[in-house]
Amino acid sequence: MTTVTTAPPERQPEALESGVSPAREGRGSRLHRLLGSIPTGVLWALVVLWTIPTMGMFVSSFRPEIEVKTTGWWTVLPDPFPDNQTLALLVALAFIAVVVAVVGLLARLYHHLGRAGRIALPIVAVLAFVGLLVASTDATFTLENYRQTFDASTSDSPDMWQHFINSAAITVPATVIPIAFAAFAAYAFAWMDFKGRDWLFVSVVAMLAVPIQLSLVPLLQLYVGGAHVTAFGETITLFPDLDLAGTTTAVWLTHIGFGLPLAIFLLHNYISSLPADLFEAARIDGADHPTIFWRLVVPLSVPALAAFAIFQFLWVWNDYLVAATFLGTGSADAPMTVRLATLSGGRGQDWHLLTAAAFVSIALPLAVFFGLQRYFVRGLLAGSVKG
Amino acid sequence: MTAVTMDKVTKTYPNGVTAVADLDLEVADGEFLVLVGPSGCGKSTALRMVAGLESITSGELRIGERVVNDLPPKERDIAMVFQNYALYPHMTVEQNIGFALKLARLPKDEIRQRVRNAARVLQLEEWLHRKPGQLSGGQRQRVAMGRAIVRDPSVFLMDEPLSNLDAKLRAQTRAEIAGLQRQLGTTTIYVTHDQIEAMTMGDRVAVMREGRLQQIDEPEVLYSEPANLFVAAFIGSPSMNLLEGTVAVDPGGGNGAGGGATISLGEQSLALPASVLAERPGLRAFDGRKVVVGVRPEYLGDATLGEHEAPPDGARLRGDVELREALGSELLVHVRTNCRPAVTDEVRSVAGEYDAAGVELLERQAAGEGAMIIARFDARSRARVGDVAEMDVDVERLQFFDPDTGDRIAGEVPTAPATAQPAPESEPA
Ligand SMILES: Nc1ncnc2c1ncn2[C@@H]1O[C@H](COP(=O)(O)OP(=O)(O)O)[C@@H](O)[C@H]1O
Ligand SMILES: [Mg+2]
Repeated sequence: MTTVTTAPPERQPEALESGVSPAREGRGSRLHRLLGSIPTGVLWALVVLWTIPTMGMFVSSFRPEIEVKTTGWWTVLPDPFPDNQTLALLVALAFIAVVVAVVGLLARLYHHLGRAGRIALPIVAVLAFVGLLVASTDATFTLENYRQTFDASTSDSPDMWQHFINSAAITVPATVIPIAFAAFAAYAFAWMDFKGRDWLFVSVVAMLAVPIQLSLVPLLQLYVGGAHVTAFGETITLFPDLDLAGTTTAVWLTHIGFGLPLAIFLLHNYISSLPADLFEAARIDGADHPTIFWRLVVPLSVPALAAFAIFQFLWVWNDYLVAATFLGTGSADAPMTVRLATLSGGRGQDWHLLTAAAFVSIALPLAVFFGLQRYFVRGLLAGSVKG
Repeated sequence: MTAVTMDKVTKTYPNGVTAVADLDLEVADGEFLVLVGPSGCGKSTALRMVAGLESITSGELRIGERVVNDLPPKERDIAMVFQNYALYPHMTVEQNIGFALKLARLPKDEIRQRVRNAARVLQLEEWLHRKPGQLSGGQRQRVAMGRAIVRDPSVFLMDEPLSNLDAKLRAQTRAEIAGLQRQLGTTTIYVTHDQIEAMTMGDRVAVMREGRLQQIDEPEVLYSEPANLFVAAFIGSPSMNLLEGTVAVDPGGGNGAGGGATISLGEQSLALPASVLAERPGLRAFDGRKVVVGVRPEYLGDATLGEHEAPPDGARLRGDVELREALGSELLVHVRTNCRPAVTDEVRSVAGEYDAAGVELLERQAAGEGAMIIARFDARSRARVGDVAEMDVDVERLQFFDPDTGDRIAGEVPTAPATAQPAPESEPA
């Protein structure tokens, strides 16, 4: 770039919307301004407030069983004034204020960092915090809870690692497959002319209204014995008996079935709001439907795809009902949610293990969320503001 | 040979709207044809049928020798520039321009070379690695042009490509596009609702109204010999003054020598010499009947200056000056007369094109306020607001229209001199 630009480039250089629709950009910046009017300090205070329970669980997961069961996690903090509650409260508030300030400062720093720095900073910050805590406290910390959680020595032991893998094995296909199918379907519903298109679309969307509980029994039957119709002495097999009962396949198939209508609906909304001009220009440039889909629709729909991916991922990862129904609560193939529920033991005597196990179970969703949060915010915006 | 021929082409949308009706159009090889008309008249539909983006209900469309009615866009060898540019927002300028070549599976080197050439012609070289979102309106417009020219198609189709630019840039880009087209010699169909664009850019201009072709001819001819009231009112800025008048052919002047006619415009009247009647023989049939009289602003002169030499007696109109716009080289004077403006469907649709208030204004004038006439006076004129203006009328250049059919009342009109060029532009608000 050697010369001076004739016109100033647009404010948001990477906003894809700016090339598409000025209206969307306008709304986006309005939201931006609205958020901007809330003092940053308040926002960071909220962030800290909402993170405290997670942190509490995190701290608890390292405490010995006896202590977990008798005192709260905050007691690990050294109490400077054991005799004066008011002073102690003041110190606690001051401590929270300092944490807010530090987090805010780090966040500001974060914006100036490169890629590696952005990954390193939160890790360093968390480690520093933990280090400070450990150094300043006289409470004992232990990895015992985690050791027990991952223990796989007997058939009764928690064996959380196995269940973590189970959860992933269910969640990944249940997220990826519906997105792939739904993107194709949404494009076809939005931009291809074929007979019965509207009718078909309405019937797909209507499936959103089917409650999941309603279909549990029919689905169980389907997985156990397939589907057959008997009429005039003839039996016609609609769905073969694939012997899916009690397998993880049955679980993710079910999730795909329940995820698809919503996926098609959301993606259709987004894809149909892409400007028609683009597709016409592409047709004139010589593109056919597959080319338009892969070269235009997919790259332009990344925010919507990512937003749906996050929703579907969290929903499947946190699901209990479907997994418990199709696998049973004692299965070795059960995902973490099911195992978590049975972990505390018949009389709830093992609930100290829950802290560690629960923390393991939110690790992946947290990573996914932070990995995709950029798209998540954009996708939410795109979904709510029809462009 | 890449002429484009439309033979009775009709488009009826599934909702029953007939957007284009029996359109006969022939665009010669290398010609720059402009399709112009008020919005909603079916220009875009016509263009999109040529592009293959819209199916043809009936009629035949040929590009070159081929009938292309049922060919998909990519087999028609056309390129199109869209009103909103339709740039691919996630691709760089280079990828945008080269997209069609890439889909045609040309070798990478050649794509690169052709994209660079196009970018050089359009002065886009510096921006090749930017995305459309980072470009100004004018640059985006040029990228859209680049996407069209890089393919070297046999026909360019452009749908209001300048309507998103501001007035100044529009005037400049207008000249650039016209120059580029002349240089490339590619057959071009250009759609616009702006008659100034049409008049300045087109080799020929086709005027459409409500899906029907009104007239197709060179810009000068459209201006001086509009086929009907609609074309007369639509072409020209400021537009032609249209008044309601009654013809009275002089008694005894019925067959030639010495016999003229009188047009009465309310309380005023204009005497027409025999020569005017001789050139418009059709006018005799309107003896005693109403006609629409059209006079372009430049054929009204300030009587105190004697602009038009030796006006025949009685070829004057007068009224109160209500507004003067000094343009330096000339003076536009808005004069309130006691004549009645012509109010027909055609005039109404032009008046209401940009703003519903236009029709209301016209109706108020017809109801008694009196017609507002715009005259283009010489810059030396001393006409002031509040004065009574005496205007010489160049009666040889009056136009007459049948108020019922809207058609021009036939007869030859001398070809317009240089002054009959389209007026300096005043962009619609
Ligand atoms: N896809 C469509 N379906 C139905 N009617 C349409 C469609 N596109 C345009 N029309 C109608 O056809 C007429 C001509 O439209 P168009 O060709 O876009 O006009 P212009 O480009 O001259 O403004 C208008 O009355 C418009 O409402
Ligand atoms: Mg149009």
